[in-house]
Amino acid sequence: MTTPQIAALVAVMAVVTFLTRALPFLLFGRGGGEPPRVVLYLGRFLPPAVIAMLIVYCYRGTSFAGPAGWAPGLIAGLAVVGLHLWKKNNMLSIVGGTILYMVLVQAVF
Amino acid sequence: MNQKTLAAAFPHTLPVLMGYLSIGVVFGWMLSAAGFAPGWAALMSTAIYAGSGQYLGVELLARAAPLADAAFLTLIINFRHLVYGLSMLEKFRGMGWRKLYMIFSLTDETYALLAGVSVPAGVEEKDFYFAIALLDHLYWIAGSVIGAAAGALVTINTQGIDFAMTALFLVIAVEQWQSSSRHAPVYLGAAGTLACLLLFGPDNGRFLIPALGILAAGLLLLRPQLERPCGARKGGAAL
Repeated sequence: MTTPQIAALVAVMAVVTFLTRALPFLLFGRGGGEPPRVVLYLGRFLPPAVIAMLIVYCYRGTSFAGPAGWAPGLIAGLAVVGLHLWKKNNMLSIVGGTILYMVLVQAVF
Repeated sequence: MNQKTLAAAFPHTLPVLMGYLSIGVVFGWMLSAAGFAPGWAALMSTAIYAGSGQYLGVELLARAAPLADAAFLTLIINFRHLVYGLSMLEKFRGMGWRKLYMIFSLTDETYALLAGVSVPAGVEEKDFYFAIALLDHLYWIAGSVIGAAAGALVTINTQGIDFAMTALFLVIAVEQWQSSSRHAPVYLGAAGTLACLLLFGPDNGRFLIPALGILAAGLLLLRPQLERPCGARKGGAAL
């Protein structure tokens, strides 16, 4: 990638992120009225659905041709969930799971 | 804003300091491992300033994603910000030019702090909010740059470090699961996306576009069930 291409991607991410944060203020600030109930409803229930969606997205490269295609992701994923249920420490769950995954793909499978 | 305000805000931001330094270091390291100079980590953390959005950003940069794909994925991953803004409308009123910065810097963690904090005596309320937002932003930039520099200096085999994005989303999912008794959206999200993945294939993540449509439509169909006993409320789980 060239520098302008990288800069363009970063700019798009920055602008879209800012817009998602600014939208409620643009729509409902300054006496714009109460947000419609359907917006509040989607605002509450869409995020957990989207996170589930993004987890599937992260696992889209899984292959069942051999254990190397699915076992590291499954084992490390279970470790992250287990660690987080156990210790509730973001850093421990993320770093612990990632190191385990790196060991699994580099040295085990 | 003066030193007294910063000193009053600092102890409230300590949990975010720990969190942002660590998550930021992992972000910076991932970006370095993907072959990008530390300056890009600094720029992204200054200008984008979104945890899960930037983890996704590493993946987008690593595969040189088209701009439209980047815009779509950034939009859906940040959809939750819509809810944060709604509950900050009153708090940010009358902050002048700083209101723009407050809106820009409204991350999950800053939102959680602002929503829960009470302003100490003798400190101006709006200055206090601004100090919290600014400190959090600086922690995030510092963590990213440290991680990116470490990633550029330390030469270890980083194959598999991109799993940190998966791990982050799994952690968020566990937290959301525990904070809500309604799990239908999670099943819907997983099943709908999986169906689209099988149907359209994994290339470029385009299957997320029909998947998002299915999720939104499914949620609207489920609305009578999901809203029945306690109705819609503002706010959401923080992370």
